[in-house]
Amino acid sequence: MCLTCGCGSDEVLIRGRKSLNKPKAPVNFRLHRVEANVAEDTQRIVKLEQDILHKNDRHAQANREMFEQLGILALNLVSSPGSGKTTLLVRTLQALQGRYPLAVIEGDQQTEQDADRIRTTGVPAVQINTGKGCHLDAQMVERALPEMPLPEGGILFIENVGNLVCPAGFDLGEFAKVVVLSVTEGEDKPLKYPDMFRAADLMLLNKCDLLPYLRFDVELAESYARRVNPDIRIIRLSAVSGDGIDAWLSWLEAQQPAGKQTQL
Amino acid sequence: MHEMSLAQNVREIIEQASLDQGFRHVKTVWLEIGRLSCVEQEAMRFCFGAAMQGGVAEGARLEIIDTPGRGLCRKCGHEAEIENVYDACPQCGNYGMQLVAGDAMRVKELEVE
Repeated sequence: MCLTCGCGSDEVLIRGRKSLNKPKAPVNFRLHRVEANVAEDTQRIVKLEQDILHKNDRHAQANREMFEQLGILALNLVSSPGSGKTTLLVRTLQALQGRYPLAVIEGDQQTEQDADRIRTTGVPAVQINTGKGCHLDAQMVERALPEMPLPEGGILFIENVGNLVCPAGFDLGEFAKVVVLSVTEGEDKPLKYPDMFRAADLMLLNKCDLLPYLRFDVELAESYARRVNPDIRIIRLSAVSGDGIDAWLSWLEAQQPAGKQTQL
Repeated sequence: MHEMSLAQNVREIIEQASLDQGFRHVKTVWLEIGRLSCVEQEAMRFCFGAAMQGGVAEGARLEIIDTPGRGLCRKCGHEAEIENVYDACPQCGNYGMQLVAGDAMRVKELEVE
């Protein structure tokens, strides 16, 4: 078990619409012992030079190639728990419905609550429960994809496990990571969790409707994010009041692969 | 972060190598862990022992090659060692050094028998 955050190799459940009527067989990611069936050897040095994330990156590349072939804009939404990702996602889906094919993969350690919230919008959603795992990896996404109609020419939102640390290191094959920071969390999060803000292309500063009630210095938070990642785009918004949502929708539309749009 | 899943990836790489290269037991594992990678070295040490149990590297000694971070200033082009990804350029004070080394996580080599 991981010292830092308790992640481990426990059961991973993938729950999509198609699998709802099937028994929920746990998908076991545990590694099994491989018996080396070779003759005695003498002591020696074996050079490997292999990236530890090599396997994940291979699956991520396969996902990416499929997304590109189907013209799917895949986005990996990352944040701490409680930043408002799911609320933002529901509002975003409501605004985009009828304009693009849409689908959602939800990642949480436990429960199907987020996927259920998404499904109320009519958009297909698959829930991945990582068990004790603290992040999604590319293989989990690969296994979730056959569980849903793929949004060809549209957008696939992958809502990662709420965690500002672990998901930063795992490529899922997405076009971009979008980090959501809410103004109730403190300005210094980009400095405290720099890997996530460095990996993201866009930062959404959520819950801005609460700013009058908080001591949160927006400029300071944004300057910290740019210190870690000078290229990061930042949009201030509120998923509840709707302020700033248009800028986010414009960003999404600008990312759509050319010629694949099904806009009204 | 997720050092346990990374340690399991290390195990998988080692087990595959034991099949490809024909060895039964690993005495030492050298991992290169950049200081600016997302790995906490102490957590990796803890998880390594657990993840190797029952495999060819059970009980193996773990050597971590600790590589410092290096950044390239986007403004003045100066290259320097950095401790954090948000460090300013020591020459011109500009933020946003481009990381050029120190984020690797690699299985370098094994001592086997």
